[in-house]
Amino acid sequence: MTKNQEVKVIEIKKSIFADNDLDADNLRKELKDKGVFLLNLMSSPGSGKTTTLIRTLNLIKDKLRVAVMEADIDSDVDAVKIKEATGIESIQLHTGGMCHLDAEMTRQGLDNVPMDGLDLVILENVGNLVCPAEFDTGSCRNAMILSVPEGHDKPLKYPLMFSVCDLVLINKTDVMPYFDFDLAKCEEYVHMRNPKATVIPICAKTGEGVEKFAEWLLNEVNNWKKS
Amino acid sequence: MHELGIVFYIIKDVKKAAEENGVTHVNAVVMDIGEVSTIVPDYLTDCWRWAVTKEPMLEGCELRINTIPAVTHCDACGEEYETVRYGKTCPHCGSGETWLLRGNEVEIKQIEV
Repeated sequence: MTKNQEVKVIEIKKSIFADNDLDADNLRKELKDKGVFLLNLMSSPGSGKTTTLIRTLNLIKDKLRVAVMEADIDSDVDAVKIKEATGIESIQLHTGGMCHLDAEMTRQGLDNVPMDGLDLVILENVGNLVCPAEFDTGSCRNAMILSVPEGHDKPLKYPLMFSVCDLVLINKTDVMPYFDFDLAKCEEYVHMRNPKATVIPICAKTGEGVEKFAEWLLNEVNNWKKS
Repeated sequence: MHELGIVFYIIKDVKKAAEENGVTHVNAVVMDIGEVSTIVPDYLTDCWRWAVTKEPMLEGCELRINTIPAVTHCDACGEEYETVRYGKTCPHCGSGETWLLRGNEVEIKQIEV
C-alpha cells in the first residue's frame, strides 16, 4: 500500500498526432505566404511513382517552376533518376529507417530547396500505404498512386490512405488484361472511402492519361495560389 | 516498422510532460489505443522495451495499453454498431453512409511517476 501511495498520476489525454497536426498547419501557412504549393505523393513501393513523376514533370516544367523531394529509407536512386530524366532539381531525404515523413521532416527537407520563384514542390513520400497516411506532412494536397497489379480491393484494405487523398491515380492500365483488375469496382471502392476523391487512370510507361494528371496539378496549383 | 515511429512520438510527448511537471523519472505510461488505429499493441510494447533503454528518464518504464473498441455510427438509420465485425456497411439498414465514432485513438492517457 505504501508503495502505491507514492505513485503520482499525471493526466495527459493527448493524441500523439496533435503536435504534428499543429506543425503541419503552420507549415501550410508558411508555404501559402511563400506562394509555394506542396503536393504529397504516396503509394506502395513499386507502383510507379518515379516514372509517373518523370512523365508529368516533362509536361509541366515549362508552365511551373518545380522542385522534387524524394523520401526514402536509403539510397538516392530516385533523386538521380528524376534529375537525369527531367533536369529538375531533386533532393533526396533519408528517413533513417522511419516508414513515413512528418511535418518536421518535411520542413527540414524544404529548408534545402531554393524556394525563390518556385511554384510547386512535389514530395515523393516513402512507399507505404499505412504510415504516410497518418502523418500530415503540411502538404496542400495529397495524391496517391494505386497500380493495377496491387488489385482493385486496396481502397477497402487501406481505407485511411484513400480517405486522406484528394487524387487517386490508377497506374499501369496497360497490364489490366493480365490481372483481374476491375476499374469500375476500384473507383466505386475509392468513392466509398472518399466521395470527393478524383480518380484518374494512367499508364506512366506509355504516357496515357498522364496529361490529365498534369492538368489536375496545374489547376490545383493555380486555384490554391488565388485562394 | 510503423510502431517504432509511434514509440518515438510517445517518448517525445512523455518527456515533455515529465519536464513540465518537474519529474525526473517516469514509471509507467498508459495509452488509449483504438481497435482500428492500425497499431498492433504487441509490436508497440516490443518497440517500447527497446526504445526506453536509450532514455534514462524512462528506464524500466512500463507501457500499459487500454484498447478502445471501435464503434461506427450510421447516418441513414442512426444506429451504432461494432466496426470490426461489420466494417463500413451498416448491419441494420445496409447503408454505406457511416462514420467511425471511436476506435481510431492513439492517445497518451496518463503517466505514473
